[in-house]
Amino acid sequence: MNGPQDLGGQMGFGAVAPERDDPLFHAEWEKRALGVTLAAGAMGAWTIDESRHARECLHPADYYASSYYEIWIKALAVLLQRHGFVTADELVEGKALVEGARPKRTLKAADVAAVLAKGAPCDRPVSAPARFKAGDRVRTRNFHPRDHTRLPRYARGKLGVVEAVRGGFVFPDTNAHGKGENPQWVYTVVFEGREIWGETGDPALTVSVDAWESYLEPA
Amino acid sequence: MAARVRALETILTQKGLIEPAAVDAIVDTYETKVGPRNGAKVVARAWCDPGYSDWLKQDATAAIASLGYTGRQGEHMQAVFNTEDAHNLVVCTLCSCYPWSVLGLPPVWYKAPAYRSRAVIDPRGVLEEFGVHLPAQTKIRVWDSTAELRYLVVPMRPTGTEDLSEEELAALVTRDSMIGTGLALEPYQP
Repeated sequence: MNGPQDLGGQMGFGAVAPERDDPLFHAEWEKRALGVTLAAGAMGAWTIDESRHARECLHPADYYASSYYEIWIKALAVLLQRHGFVTADELVEGKALVEGARPKRTLKAADVAAVLAKGAPCDRPVSAPARFKAGDRVRTRNFHPRDHTRLPRYARGKLGVVEAVRGGFVFPDTNAHGKGENPQWVYTVVFEGREIWGETGDPALTVSVDAWESYLEPA
Repeated sequence: MAARVRALETILTQKGLIEPAAVDAIVDTYETKVGPRNGAKVVARAWCDPGYSDWLKQDATAAIASLGYTGRQGEHMQAVFNTEDAHNLVVCTLCSCYPWSVLGLPPVWYKAPAYRSRAVIDPRGVLEEFGVHLPAQTKIRVWDSTAELRYLVVPMRPTGTEDLSEEELAALVTRDSMIGTGLALEPYQP
């Protein structure tokens, strides 16, 4: 979706503001926000794609006014309600009121190290051969789906060159909506800066995205 | 927001959906165990060992795993090497994708709109704000992490470091140099 998350090339956000002391967390609640979000995700009720989509579905005014962990918590509340674990009343009251859905699993403290060290690889076999190879010229599709997608707006309808075939990966555009993993080939596609940004673009700039096969057409 | 997060944790704990001790363990992992020192060791090894450097180029996931760094947001790694002619910069314009297994949690600016919006259109201006001044002819390659590959920049080895040990070299490798918003530090000159 053309949501607030799709920031590449947007203007008006000012200078990047690196911090001198660079703290990992800026408040105690941010630590809990990280841990609660990961622990809730470990129930296995939703995918990383669904959680990303929940964040980008925040109203743009809310998204831009929120810090990063605020965005996480607001999206987590949506996911927990959508999947029946928590009700709106409970969020208001701040305590459990009804039974609610039961998870497939819960993350135990003793398993945290192993679970984090294992991660969740999302490469998958794809039965069809790869349509493109390194060196192929491609054009990204110019689409504007209402659903989740990982092709940024700045890179739509643009001519690029396939630099590498990365293998088969879960397709987020369907996986975010519970419509299956439908793995596709993923390619690193490189664009000249001026192809994306026009004649005022930096002539020494190239930008790449990692694109699922259905984002691409031969050119 | 503090009250809201506390309420959420309370509800989930009362319902048996999460364990507070698991939340503690997650926080502790990223506060004390997984951070940019991991990536610095990978870079220093690549500087010292051409065989390892080649492996890192060909199969970063395996080469990095051989040093014990695996897991969440590092499942599919790609290392990109800076040269005299070309500088690499990593961003995630769509969210905050970042190689946690080697760099830990991303800094606030990496997740904020200013960096995410400008890195792809004005990387030279962004680099200036980090105090990195590249010659106009230096090519810049921006990697937008739109899929599940996670990128680690291998900065150029500073000159005058031939006599340094791998451990001393690792101390020159900053987090920002592995994102591309910095360069490796120059060795201390007495």
